[in-house]
Amino acid sequence: MKWIPLLLLLPSLAAAPAQAGEGAALVAGVFDPPRPAPDFTLPASDGTRLSLARYRGKAIVLAFGFTSCPKICPTTLATLAQARKKLGARAGEVQVVYVTVDPERDDAERMRKYLAGFDSTFVGATGTPAELAAVRQSYGVTSTKTGEGSDYGFAHSSYTYLIDRDGNLRALMPYGHSSDDYAHDVGILLGP
Amino acid sequence: MSASCSGPERTRSVGRGVNLLRAHWMVSLLAAGLLGATSWGALTPLPLAAPSASREEIFEIPKGTWARRMAGDPVEILPDEIHLTLGVKDVLVLRNLDDVPQIFGPTLMMPGQSFRLPFQVASSYPFTCTAHASGQLMVIVEPMPETPWARLRWRIESLLRGAI
Repeated sequence: MKWIPLLLLLPSLAAAPAQAGEGAALVAGVFDPPRPAPDFTLPASDGTRLSLARYRGKAIVLAFGFTSCPKICPTTLATLAQARKKLGARAGEVQVVYVTVDPERDDAERMRKYLAGFDSTFVGATGTPAELAAVRQSYGVTSTKTGEGSDYGFAHSSYTYLIDRDGNLRALMPYGHSSDDYAHDVGILLGP
Repeated sequence: MSASCSGPERTRSVGRGVNLLRAHWMVSLLAAGLLGATSWGALTPLPLAAPSASREEIFEIPKGTWARRMAGDPVEILPDEIHLTLGVKDVLVLRNLDDVPQIFGPTLMMPGQSFRLPFQVASSYPFTCTAHASGQLMVIVEPMPETPWARLRWRIESLLRGAI
């Protein structure tokens, strides 16, 4: 009869791991199984050649956009800057990489100045139209030029990609999530 | 002196009464059924009450889809609009069971890979999707119906969409 209380405890014990797993779930959309994030080598806003492999050991938030973007890109970058602040001491373990879809206007210097307005650690990447198109294709990102003359813009994919320390593409965050969501998910990618 | 019915006339009158009663009975039953269904639809909590119930709306690219497309078969896998409801069905799951990578919904997916996207905010989410002729997939996330009327409307709409 002594083991009856133990039997009563079994269901809650069985449920415990599942609850812990749910608590650690990402807010972003999750790829299962994760696959290696497609790498690339492009001219960076810091004057170097940028590849994702350079940041192995850090979590990477990869975004696509253009510096003349009126709303989506500034909102996303401001959110990412806030999220980085919320990570506190762990902020250094995260790298935001912003790849332009507008190589005609976005050279390395312009990207550097633009990104510094959000967070000086953000790194931009530019390149030839063909190089950038290849990178977009490898992630399933779309970008369509809109408008005429010098006042053109782009309708582009607005989500960001979350890459873990080992270079695996783990998740995709749709546009509109808060800095808390980013901090939460990046925290999970970084681990304990 | 009161008039009285003769035999056949009385029988006809009783027959009419029975028919009327039967018709009323049928109407009453129908009305009661309708009332019952409406009450159930309005007052019964949505399926989210069961914690074990899946909140996933799953879409799959079957094996051989790419080959069929290459052969000229316009395979449609995803509807133009996907309707989700917070707290009930609010997790979109896309699975690529084909042998080639596919741009499916918002993302490029490798063969055998799945993508699970939970939604937390009611809104309309447009996604680029090469699986559609329009090039766009709209995910419409609706708030959880809280009031009886909203629950009823949700059930009717879901029924019309064939979701339940």
